[in-house]
Amino acid sequence: MLELVQASTYAASIDNLILFIGIIVGVWFLLAEGLFFWLIWKFRAKPGEKSQYLVGNEKHVKRWITIPHALVLVCDVFIVVGAVRVWYNVKQQLPEPDSVIRVTGQQWAWTFQHPGADNELDTSDDIFTVNDLHVEVEKTYHFKLESRDVLHSFSVPVFRLKQDAIPGRSITGWFEPTLIGEYDVQCAEICGIGHGVMAARIHIDDANTHAAWISSASAATTP
Amino acid sequence: MAHVRPIATTRSATGIPTARLAVWWILASEVVIFGGLLGVYLMHRIGHPEWAEAASHTQTWLGAINTFVLLTSSFTAVLAHQAAEKGKGKEAAKLLGFTILGALMFLMIKSYEWYGEIVAGYTITANNFWSFYYTAAGLHALHVIAGAIIMGFIAVDAYRGRELHRVEIIGIYWHFVDVVWIFLFPLLYIAK
Amino acid sequence: MADTVADVHQHEAHGHDDHHHDQSWLEKYVFSTDHKIIGMQYMFTGIFMAVIGGYMAYVFRMQLAFPGISVPGFGQVSPGEYNALITNHGTIMIFWVAMPVLIAAFGNFLIPLMIGADDMVFPRINRLSFQIFFLSSIVLLGSLFVEGGGFGGAWTSYPPLSANGDYNQTQLGASLWLIAVALEFVAFLLGGINFITTLMNSRAPGMKAYDIPLVCWMIVIASILFMLSVGPLLAGAVMLLFDQTLGTGFYDPARGGDPILWQHLFWFFGHPEVYVVLLPAIGITVEVMATFARKKIFGYKLVLYTAVATGVLSFFVWAHHQFIAGIDPRMANVFTITTLLISVPIAEMLFVMIATLYGGSIRLTTPMLWALAFMAEFLIGGVTGIFLGASGADIYFHDTYFVLAHFHYTFFPIAIIGSFCAFTYWFPKMFGKMMNDTLGKIHFWGTVIPFNFIFIPLFVLGMGGQHRRIYNFQHFPQIAGPEYFQLRELATIALLVMLAFQLVFFYNVISSWMRGEKAGKNPWKANTLEWTTESPAPHGNWPVDELPTVYRGPYEYGHPDREEDYWPQNLPN
Repeated sequence: MLELVQASTYAASIDNLILFIGIIVGVWFLLAEGLFFWLIWKFRAKPGEKSQYLVGNEKHVKRWITIPHALVLVCDVFIVVGAVRVWYNVKQQLPEPDSVIRVTGQQWAWTFQHPGADNELDTSDDIFTVNDLHVEVEKTYHFKLESRDVLHSFSVPVFRLKQDAIPGRSITGWFEPTLIGEYDVQCAEICGIGHGVMAARIHIDDANTHAAWISSASAATTP
Repeated sequence: MAHVRPIATTRSATGIPTARLAVWWILASEVVIFGGLLGVYLMHRIGHPEWAEAASHTQTWLGAINTFVLLTSSFTAVLAHQAAEKGKGKEAAKLLGFTILGALMFLMIKSYEWYGEIVAGYTITANNFWSFYYTAAGLHALHVIAGAIIMGFIAVDAYRGRELHRVEIIGIYWHFVDVVWIFLFPLLYIAK
Repeated sequence: MADTVADVHQHEAHGHDDHHHDQSWLEKYVFSTDHKIIGMQYMFTGIFMAVIGGYMAYVFRMQLAFPGISVPGFGQVSPGEYNALITNHGTIMIFWVAMPVLIAAFGNFLIPLMIGADDMVFPRINRLSFQIFFLSSIVLLGSLFVEGGGFGGAWTSYPPLSANGDYNQTQLGASLWLIAVALEFVAFLLGGINFITTLMNSRAPGMKAYDIPLVCWMIVIASILFMLSVGPLLAGAVMLLFDQTLGTGFYDPARGGDPILWQHLFWFFGHPEVYVVLLPAIGITVEVMATFARKKIFGYKLVLYTAVATGVLSFFVWAHHQFIAGIDPRMANVFTITTLLISVPIAEMLFVMIATLYGGSIRLTTPMLWALAFMAEFLIGGVTGIFLGASGADIYFHDTYFVLAHFHYTFFPIAIIGSFCAFTYWFPKMFGKMMNDTLGKIHFWGTVIPFNFIFIPLFVLGMGGQHRRIYNFQHFPQIAGPEYFQLRELATIALLVMLAFQLVFFYNVISSWMRGEKAGKNPWKANTLEWTTESPAPHGNWPVDELPTVYRGPYEYGHPDREEDYWPQNLPN
């Protein structure tokens, strides 16, 4: 229905986790609803027929609850394992970066600090842009996420990436783009009146285009 | 219209009188309010060793006197309960009066203390230690005030020999107010 | 001592019924201490607030589907107004609709009637509770009209946005909003103490713990949960109020404070709060299902124990709202485990509901339809929660419309379907008349079908990466395409249809109340004690010397030894 682009290395693993959970809970859902509607139909009131008197304490009757109970628990274990594996790879284990950028949220814009030609952050050739993030495809990035005022959240749906920015802290995360293109960056934490216009774009380019952007942007900012 | 107590109030399926049961539940809800506040304070305090400097400006000996005052007032509340049990309404009222006096003394000392601190520049916005100091002690002082007012009404009733069971109820509440202070005093004044 | 006091009370209580002849209208309906009147006051205040909350939903859904249009009945929606609308829609629907209707209104109305008591144990505290609640409603509604407009920092009210007028630009609105919420908490603490002590102490002679109707248990367990979880947030609210008004820095990182602290305090309350409203709704549903399936509840104790287990577990799951909020990532793993564990008792409750139908003789009356719809719809809310509790999937879904659709699939069955279920079931007891069943069914289908058409599209939009609380999606090229807007329009049109069908409900209530068929004592042939008195129940519920005595559990339907398929709790044999 809606096309979903997977533009980072871990996007597919998150999507697969969602699919995996979807299959498990989908089966439960269909079984439960099916049984439910079947029972409503099967035991509809019929004239002259009295309902049955079941207490639900007998062992063979209780099985109808205890067995699904155990099965739910087993499914939970599978889901936890899947979720924690994905979480570990996306949020806990950061691979070595090729490049480090700084992302700063403020009311109501994103400032991106690119490392410039020397590929070192916080040097004189850093490139600052507002609401436009330029990255190179198939390079591992660390981002340092900060905020100047209130909470913001750096969300790149095509990466399946989201992280809140907190004033007074610098939070490090990572991503590796896999697709060339231009995509949305949203703010995912309400941050005041301008929250709805706090839109940025991420430009993912190949090595040559990205290098060309760096030199043109450096030329533009050099006094 | 005189208030008529419903039959429901006179029943006791648990064996505990309804009013006593209710006051314990009120205290349970108060415990989580103060528990939340003090828990948060403790976590911040551990994370900010530099607050010890601010804490050294609290007047520990005034806090100690106040602890003594509150403990004494709790003691008279116990005596009031004993008197009420024996049906001596006037005696209970007098002892509750002493407890109220203790509450007033506590508040006066507290005001004197705060006045000195505010004049010295340690206001609620001075830093986060002082913010916690005034918030926690202020919330406690509100409970002292509320308790003293309710105790006044109960003392008047007790003097006329009515609703003597309430002397015990307000006593339980008063002990709780006392216990909260026992936690506040070392955490705010003594911990350096 | 307790005995002598009780004797005095007994003496006073006997003069009960000759006290209420010459009451003025004000005494009888406004300053009454009768639990049934107070329940009605809560109910009508809740319904009034629901209308306002629904109107807000209408305004912002119109803006989302047709950005920039002048919404009929409101005008053009500015970004600030949009934020205030969504914030107060959420606040109202949870704190001023779900809580007062499900817990306060039905708790007040049902608990004394169902346990065979003449009133709550503290009628005047009960009245005070409503008065504080009423005041809080006025403060909340007033906050929408002060200078700067209503608070727009979302119902979660995260600082620093909520703590500082420079950031939220609604200095006064934010403080009034916070005061209103805190007052509302105090009202429910007072009410809760009443519910708990009444259930513990004032049961009819013979009513043992397992003879109590489940809905009473559920409301009381919910009150205990509320009481034990709201305390830290009340302290946190005072701190936030000081940040807003006095300029302290509890949540200001520049001054040694911590903005995440609020999130912990808020969700330590906020997650149990979900179960605070869920449990009464489950109690209502179970009650109605037993009556209309003519079946004993499958495993009474199981429902009770799972409710307690859910309550206990709910104190250990709060951080699943904060996976990506900057907490230690290792903590997310712990909270994924606890969150998925809580699916077990909840699933068990739904299994019990399904199993209760087995062997029944099911009558599809209007209340029964609502009860069945609760089960069918809540299940969707339940299973979609699994995605959000699993940390890895939550990275993508967090704060998208998937979350929004998920919790509406829980809260709508709880607050709306559950309330309609209870309202249609106990309407005869409240007003002494039967509701029109045909109109009731038209209203039922006109509510439940559009409901699905509102929120299923929002699930899809959430999966497409659309985030919450954004007033105009045209600023985001990826989600501004026509296929996205078609889904938004579908949801909005479904909402309009659903709101229109509520008129049927109001018409039905008024016309049934005026000219409905007389109900009689026990129109549904149910077992619980409220059906043994007149409809509507008089002041004091039963004549003083006819207060019921209990001989058995509440769900003895279809007993083989009896000709009748029901066996009221108060019959000796």
